[in-house]
Amino acid sequence: MQIQHRLDNRRNNQYPVFWAFTAAVMLWPLLYPSRYHLNMMIFVGISLIVVTGLNLLFGYAGQISLAHATFFGIGAYSSAVSCTKLAWNPWIGMAVGILVAAFLALIVGLPSLKLTGYYLAMATLGFGVIVEILFIQLVPLTGGPDGIGGIPSLSIFGFRFNSDFRFYYLVWVIAALFCLIVMNLVNSKVGRNMRALHESELAAKVLGIDTFRYKLKIFIFSAVYAAIGGSLFAHYISHITPESFGIMHSISFVAMTIIGGMGKIWGPFLGACIITILPEALMAFEAFHVIIYGGIIVLILMFFEEGMVGLINVILGKVSIRGKKWYLQ
Amino acid sequence: MEGKEWRPFSSESNRVSKMLSQHSQLMQFVLSGIMVGSIYAIIAIGFNMIYNATEIVNFAQGEFVMLGGMVTVGLYKFLGFPLVFSCPLAVLITTIIGIAIERLTINQMKTFSVLNAVIITIGVSIVIKGGTMVSLGRDNMSFPPFSGDRPVVLFGAALATQGVWIILATVILVILLSLFYKHSIQGIAMKATSFNKTAAGLVGINVNRMVMSSFGLSAACGAIAGVIITPITLTAYDIGLMLGLKGFSAAIIGGLGNFWGAVIGGLFLGLCESLGAGFVSSGYKDAIAFIILLGVLFLRPTGLFGTKPMREE
Repeated sequence: MQIQHRLDNRRNNQYPVFWAFTAAVMLWPLLYPSRYHLNMMIFVGISLIVVTGLNLLFGYAGQISLAHATFFGIGAYSSAVSCTKLAWNPWIGMAVGILVAAFLALIVGLPSLKLTGYYLAMATLGFGVIVEILFIQLVPLTGGPDGIGGIPSLSIFGFRFNSDFRFYYLVWVIAALFCLIVMNLVNSKVGRNMRALHESELAAKVLGIDTFRYKLKIFIFSAVYAAIGGSLFAHYISHITPESFGIMHSISFVAMTIIGGMGKIWGPFLGACIITILPEALMAFEAFHVIIYGGIIVLILMFFEEGMVGLINVILGKVSIRGKKWYLQ
Repeated sequence: MEGKEWRPFSSESNRVSKMLSQHSQLMQFVLSGIMVGSIYAIIAIGFNMIYNATEIVNFAQGEFVMLGGMVTVGLYKFLGFPLVFSCPLAVLITTIIGIAIERLTINQMKTFSVLNAVIITIGVSIVIKGGTMVSLGRDNMSFPPFSGDRPVVLFGAALATQGVWIILATVILVILLSLFYKHSIQGIAMKATSFNKTAAGLVGINVNRMVMSSFGLSAACGAIAGVIITPITLTAYDIGLMLGLKGFSAAIIGGLGNFWGAVIGGLFLGLCESLGAGFVSSGYKDAIAFIILLGVLFLRPTGLFGTKPMREE
């Protein structure tokens, strides 16, 4: 009982762990500057930004979205088009991406968020497929299947984020900031209302929460996160194609949320790590890596209801029981 | 879409259609719409079977269709079996794979949750796709039509003989399944399970086995769709996702869980897509299907024939 209580306490007070973890992430490239691993961690950071927003929508408020790779793509294309075709400042491009994504999220969210469950999933997915086809077909704007190349790197006051090392810090500072915002949001009135909405929308309504407005706001909020992630992605890889924003990637983002652990602050990080790093780590198995990757996803979800967070809690629980036994001796 | 595009309207039928007049062109699109729609209908029925038994939407459904075609190709081309044996054998193998999926993953889950199960089916579909790619390669593959490739002329439009097979097979399958659900003990038990699991268990129905047979039956349906469509559209290891999503859209349009809804939803989707591709633009073919889906969802959220409320709980 007591151990369980302590575990709960530790889970609730996430801030010290968060700051320790942030410090570790910031120190890591200084101690271990491998270009390959930096590159991978940048992709983890970009996914983390998207999945943090999605976790708020899906994990806390219980509203699924299979359109987040689309909002990610809208951020990326807005940046790419503004920087290359219009020659605007990249930060303005990012702002345009945020505005377009927020506007589209409003348009799609208004009718879609009245639906629930599979119907909501399919409505957002339908929107995603349509936008993906537009990315491919609107050749003058998006460059069609070839995409847009030559996207410049970001810079601030003349400091250019043009190396992996510099970009790593940009991505992870933004990711840490966004995690902090979500952590504060979850522990506020908004967070409590969201969880009430997740448990039972009817009960939340009875309590006087305007559930639809909440859902819409969070949907837009998470779409903005995805758009910022997409914009960073475009500036990092400098050449984008529609392939990166397909339905399979929307499904991947949702899978990251669930495999990490829904509605847990660590979930997005663990999910983004697993889905991004695992395929790379399994490359040694060549063609078989896809099979092993799928198999590992299946196994995690079969045995740990809360995904990776569940797995880690089991490990921590074992460690803590052993620690307690040792202490009692 | 992902990888190679899946083309229900092959160059063959396009060339034929150019030779025909405007009126018969319409007929041509209607016929190919019915053909593709039949396939969507069968896939949608498969989705409903598993959804009714478990509330899971099986994202590996499209992979069953892919397996039906690819296993037949494997047996026919690589092992040299005659086509007559390859096709039923492929359906049988896919059915066994479907049952194995349920027994090895869904059934073994430590604590069942619908959401985790859905993601498990995505994991399974990744494994199946990878396995097929490793064993049969990445190329587009096909096998000859069941009875020659001379088109039949119907209402002034040309229909490939394989199209006749597709429509015939769908009609027979739908009739058999509706009889199965209405008259056989097994079918009635499956229906009872979908209404209320606890009550079904209380009257002595083995709910666990019903879930298993729903996976088997659903895999069989998917495989049949895969086998009959392959001579026209070709198959490859990665066609499953889009086919699965279209089938799922058809199920949603007809109302998730509704048998006749799935049939009509599939045909409706196929017709809209074919007419849209023909008269608007083939580049936007997939977009048209999903615009229809959004239209139905926003205007009639329970689907055209849905009676169940659209909530998960």
